[in-house]
Amino acid sequence: MTTVTGDCALDDQAATAALARRLAVVLRPGDVVALTGPLGAGKTTFARFLIQALGVAEEVPSPTFNLVLDYDTAQGEVRHFDLFRLADADEAWELGIEDAFAEAIVLIEWPERIAGLLPGERLDLTLTPGADETARRAAWCGYGARGERLAAALAGP
Amino acid sequence: MTQGRLCVLGIETSCDETAVALVDGNGRILAERVASQTVEHAPYGGVVPEIAARAHVQHLDSLIAEVVGEAGVPLSDIDAVAATAGPGLIGGLLVGLSTAKAIAVALAKPLIAVNHLEGHALSARLVAEAPFPFLLLLISGGHCQLQLVTGVGRYRRLGTTIDDAAGEAFDKTAILLGLGYPGGPAIERAARDGDPTAHALPRPMRGRDGADFSFSGLKTAVRHLRERVPDSRVEDVAAGFQAAVIDVLVDRTRNALAMARAEAPALGHLVVAGGVAANQAIGGALADLAAGEGLDLVVPPPRLCTDNGVMIAWAGIERLRLGLTDGLDAPARARWPLDPDATPAPFAGIKA
Repeated sequence: MTTVTGDCALDDQAATAALARRLAVVLRPGDVVALTGPLGAGKTTFARFLIQALGVAEEVPSPTFNLVLDYDTAQGEVRHFDLFRLADADEAWELGIEDAFAEAIVLIEWPERIAGLLPGERLDLTLTPGADETARRAAWCGYGARGERLAAALAGP
Repeated sequence: MTQGRLCVLGIETSCDETAVALVDGNGRILAERVASQTVEHAPYGGVVPEIAARAHVQHLDSLIAEVVGEAGVPLSDIDAVAATAGPGLIGGLLVGLSTAKAIAVALAKPLIAVNHLEGHALSARLVAEAPFPFLLLLISGGHCQLQLVTGVGRYRRLGTTIDDAAGEAFDKTAILLGLGYPGGPAIERAARDGDPTAHALPRPMRGRDGADFSFSGLKTAVRHLRERVPDSRVEDVAAGFQAAVIDVLVDRTRNALAMARAEAPALGHLVVAGGVAANQAIGGALADLAAGEGLDLVVPPPRLCTDNGVMIAWAGIERLRLGLTDGLDAPARARWPLDPDATPAPFAGIKA
């Protein structure tokens, strides 16, 4: 399978929001974005900017406790998973993650909890802390045709 | 039948706990059971939390049988069956609500579909005088809200978290500090031996208009502090974190109180519910706030602040008294705001 990689510095939250908007524009059902990075790296913040860029006006709280939160958007349903509390990959099936892969735009935090079960075609996006509290570094890898499309959107025009 | 003899079965399956209780109209807990998957475990550290429907299915029938047996009240003698219908994990909710529906049909009893958050809100009235209207601060692992409660089923949201819940902030900060799980008690313990002024930590949202919360930036600030000052004492950071949370909770609650009083001048009680309410430093600060504002503070005991069946049964009693029963088509709802008309809390790249 082909892969496309890229990375960029995010100096502040405005840069993070801009990156999320570039990705949001091209998302469609069946797309899977796996968000990795340590606690406090900004995974949920990125997901929030992305979901709000899709037109969601309601709050986008952390999904850690509820494990998955759904949003209806003009581009399709978004399912925002947080597998932080999961240790057994099999439990992800009970959360309906297989259906989500087939029919929704899927954002997954802590995807390493189900590493072997992720679809082959996807975008991996890793956030790492920067020099100050709001700076981050983003690195991504798109796998397959879908992943390439998403990686190209992140790279920008 | 007198109100005191009302008896309602309550079923709670919205998240990690499977819980059942039988409560009467005087607020007497006839029997209760909680099958907890989190107490003995360290799920954030790698032990499986029984989050999914399967665990609730395994526990629920036997918990109901135990509760009914211990109370000595046959199911045929109860007045209604109440179950959490949301918000929460849909799989777990369906297990509890479907079981309640089956009991309701089999015994021809009314069904009451309870909002989990209303269960927390009304639990104060089970243990103390808390007449409407009152101000509710709900602080738990999954929620952080301020609500003006003017009656059963009557809520106005004054504030909510725009990112992490208060309990989640405790749990994740405890992990960053290597303090284990559950994070609330671990941080509270460590903070006792720490200097809250040793390190400067932000007070997200403090001083802003409104009563919304944000805790994500505080967590990030703790991570950054640990990287910047590797030899910082865990106790000092825990104390600083807890002090920051307290300052924010007090500031936001004070704002919410002003908003609530503008609508309900007769307001005389502050109710604090949810698992984080067990934190004694937080409780002390809120007691000071309440005293200064001339309010009576009501904090249900910890076993009623964490998820439990008693509060669902009690909410069932409160609703049953008002004739607020539900049809068998009552849906399980992953999202179910207490105040469906609440204006979304703005998020504009809140900087910690």
